[in-house]
Amino acid sequence: MDGMHDLGGKQGFGPIRYSHDARAFHEPWEVRANSLYVFAVRRGIFNMDEYRHAIERMEPRHYLTATYYERSLTSLATLLVEKCIVTHAELEERAGGRFPIASPSATGRTNVTKRERFSSGDRVRVREDYVPGHVRMPAYIRGKTGIVVSESPAYPFPDAHAHAIAAEDEPTYDVRFRSEDLWPNSADCALVHVGVFQSYLERA
Amino acid sequence: MTQRDRVVFATATPQQRVEAIQAALDARGMNVSDAVEELDHLAQEVWVPQNGARVVAKAWTDPAFRTRLLANGAAAVAELGIPMPKHHRHLVVLENTPTVQNVICCTQCSCTAFTVIGLPPDWYKDLEYRSRIVRESRTVLREMGLDLPPEVEIRVWDTTADTRYMVLPAQPSHTIGWPEEKLAELVTRDSLIGVARP
Repeated sequence: MDGMHDLGGKQGFGPIRYSHDARAFHEPWEVRANSLYVFAVRRGIFNMDEYRHAIERMEPRHYLTATYYERSLTSLATLLVEKCIVTHAELEERAGGRFPIASPSATGRTNVTKRERFSSGDRVRVREDYVPGHVRMPAYIRGKTGIVVSESPAYPFPDAHAHAIAAEDEPTYDVRFRSEDLWPNSADCALVHVGVFQSYLERA
Repeated sequence: MTQRDRVVFATATPQQRVEAIQAALDARGMNVSDAVEELDHLAQEVWVPQNGARVVAKAWTDPAFRTRLLANGAAAVAELGIPMPKHHRHLVVLENTPTVQNVICCTQCSCTAFTVIGLPPDWYKDLEYRSRIVRESRTVLREMGLDLPPEVEIRVWDTTADTRYMVLPAQPSHTIGWPEEKLAELVTRDSLIGVARP
């Protein structure tokens, strides 16, 4: 989905809030939110793609204003409700107030049927796919051409894995794009490497 | 609106929401408490950047290890007793040189090789870094205090799949011959992400 989470290349955001000693956690509830979602993944209640997709499905204004660990706990609660482990009403009653959860999921998809195997040095184009469900192709590479640098081991296909749809595992290719090709005349000169699933690619 | 309505409609604090989830799972006999205490400990004490620093110091002092690390990151860090979660199937180690600076990000969420480089700092997870680093890399690095000479090529790595990345910084020349423990102290989390140099 072309969601609010897909931030690469968006303009208008200000300076980085940087400090050398920036911490991973600020409050004890953040540590616990992280542990609870890891617990749920380890127990097999949901997988990482379902977890990421439930974050992406958050109402965009909520997504933008929530802190990282608030997004994490929202995804966790959404999936526990969707998988009928708890009800939304029970969570709100136990929390003593409103407990916003993410919007329902659209449908996923399985692998593309005619996938090609690529080698290092091949020129590839990212397919112009518009997917209503989960997808790990950042919008800034859609339709763009780059060079394959390497191939990963096979991973579960996220577009299916986030939706409990059967699919074959497939490799990703580390594809090297030139920032000038991604944002002509509007980017600092750099090479941008993206891990792109085989189903998202065609030979250029 | 009465006082009671206001209470009903206010959004619970994140802490109340986290406690609600844990209580709901406990009520279903999932025995959450012990498991999450162990996970709290891992997140704060075990999955720390000092792991990655040990890897870098070893790579600086042991050329054979460096070769293995660049060929198969996950197997090499496992030699040092550093595990990776099941879904992180591949660790790619990105070698900086005097003319190449590698930088890691995750534009769509905030994925990292957290068992190796630690859980990400808040700026890494912020909307600003995620939106800007792929498009304005040199400007962003300069803002963060890393003003690279023009001849240094920047390579940004967006963590979009379950491949994980770690930057292998270049060893400062004045530290050649130092013991591994002292070298490890030079390596910060930010240099493992690639926004700083040791």
